[in-house]
Amino acid sequence: MAELALPYPFDLGFMQRALLACISVGVFAPAIGVFLVQKRLSLIGDGIGHVAFAGVGAGLLAGWAPLWTALAFAVGGSLGIEWFRSRRRTSGDVALAILFYSGIALGVVLISAGDGLSANVLSYLFGQPLTVRPDEVRAIVLLGVVVVATVLALRRAMFSVVTDEEWSRVAGLPVGTLNSLMAVLTAVAVVAAMQIVGILLVAAMMVLPVASAQMVARSFRGSLTISVVIGVSASVGGLAVARMFPGGLAPGGTIVLVAAGVFVVVAAVSRMFVHARTPQGWQPDEPGRPPQEVGS
Amino acid sequence: MDSTALSPMPADDERAGNEELLGAAGLTFGYGRDAVLENVDLSVHAGEFVALVGPNGSGKSTLLRLLLGSLQPWAGEARLFGRPPGSVGKRGQLGYVPQRPNLSSALPATVHEIVSAGRLTDGRWWLPMSRAGRDQVGHAIASVGLADLARRPLNELSGGQQQRAFIARAFASEPSLLVLDEPTAGVDAASQRSFRDSLVHLIREHGAGVLLVSHELSAVADDVDRVVVLKRTILFDGTPADLVAEGVGSLGVHEEDLPIWLEQLT
Repeated sequence: MAELALPYPFDLGFMQRALLACISVGVFAPAIGVFLVQKRLSLIGDGIGHVAFAGVGAGLLAGWAPLWTALAFAVGGSLGIEWFRSRRRTSGDVALAILFYSGIALGVVLISAGDGLSANVLSYLFGQPLTVRPDEVRAIVLLGVVVVATVLALRRAMFSVVTDEEWSRVAGLPVGTLNSLMAVLTAVAVVAAMQIVGILLVAAMMVLPVASAQMVARSFRGSLTISVVIGVSASVGGLAVARMFPGGLAPGGTIVLVAAGVFVVVAAVSRMFVHARTPQGWQPDEPGRPPQEVGS
Repeated sequence: MDSTALSPMPADDERAGNEELLGAAGLTFGYGRDAVLENVDLSVHAGEFVALVGPNGSGKSTLLRLLLGSLQPWAGEARLFGRPPGSVGKRGQLGYVPQRPNLSSALPATVHEIVSAGRLTDGRWWLPMSRAGRDQVGHAIASVGLADLARRPLNELSGGQQQRAFIARAFASEPSLLVLDEPTAGVDAASQRSFRDSLVHLIREHGAGVLLVSHELSAVADDVDRVVVLKRTILFDGTPADLVAEGVGSLGVHEEDLPIWLEQLT
């Protein structure tokens, strides 16, 4: 990858590779996350991340590229949890717990059977965008393009399924297929982002920008757009802060903390705005508020 | 009140020539070992406005779910456009308004976005919406009186306005069959009149069939062709006038008469 003439802190080649990877994550993670939040599956990314860790362990043990073994494990795990969820064989949180503990335990066992915990393994757990190779950046961007292109192409149908599954089923939409597709896209996003923010933090980039955007957006389309803007801003800002801080900081954690900071600021500002608009202080999303006719 | 005294009516000859859009024959279903519906016969034809009423727990919503293919009957058959509901892939002819749409109160979706989903029933859900589709969405929103609020987030509207948005979503597919489950619950009087006008337009101008499930029929009492009374099985199937003759005070003037009468059914 050619080095560009960018200002500090993105002046060096490794920072530019990290920047491209972080921008990709900032786009595709919230793009699929906005649907997960509506489905009340905010933590599914975490569960799939744990399964992906088992894939990392399998890849390291077998000597294969961990990115692709993690992808195989994550896709399988995501389809498994969707199968459980759709058939209500168990509740959503129990299914997630099964994924959490089985995945992380299998990963630890597989890694211990090989070389044991190393810096390489820790980079998958906590993220290390500063060390991604050009071929890994290309893979992250490619997977991100797959996620974003699919979301953009099918967003109407996916919106319908996550907002009203019963109606969508009656309307003849292939609800099961679309739910499985969203699960697979989540798995792809988790694996693509794991080297940047880490398996343990990847779900944050799917949830925090969306949670912030929902407080200010006035449409689903706006929510999607603002989520991506916040995601990219947090990724770039976090990466910059991590490098500029004396002695350096862990970029994955810094990126997530910036996203969390954005959430706190947006929550505080939007609360002030809502209270200023409504003297009684009710929230627009407050359940059980009395009916209020608007403009009719 | 002894429900066995009610007298189901034979099928109306006037509708015999029209296409059957929705039907049930000998439908039986239950949860666990207990049957909640037994031997239910029902039909809705093109151009017909049928109201399905019954007391709480009478099986109305279960019957709807059977008719729409969400549940499989223990016995008997359901027909949607003349076929088993599960085999009807493209459902562009069907408009459906569920009882309580399960939307997150934090969802920042506009009325226009919700109603636009109604165009997905044309079977081409993976394609962008056509210009004709966008026009129809605008018509559907206007028909329920929400044109001025089309770009407003749904969670900023009243319960009645939200329900009108879901009714518009059903209208957006230009349905030949409209199925509504308690659509006017919580809807103010002005909205109910707008809702009634939209239904009458759909039936008279487009020849659509309508199955309306409701506790009370005051908003549409003058327009309903048949009233079907359900309590585990069909207790009555006839005109509103015949139902009034069975002892219901009125369907339209005193809106509480029908609910009280229904709850007295044994």
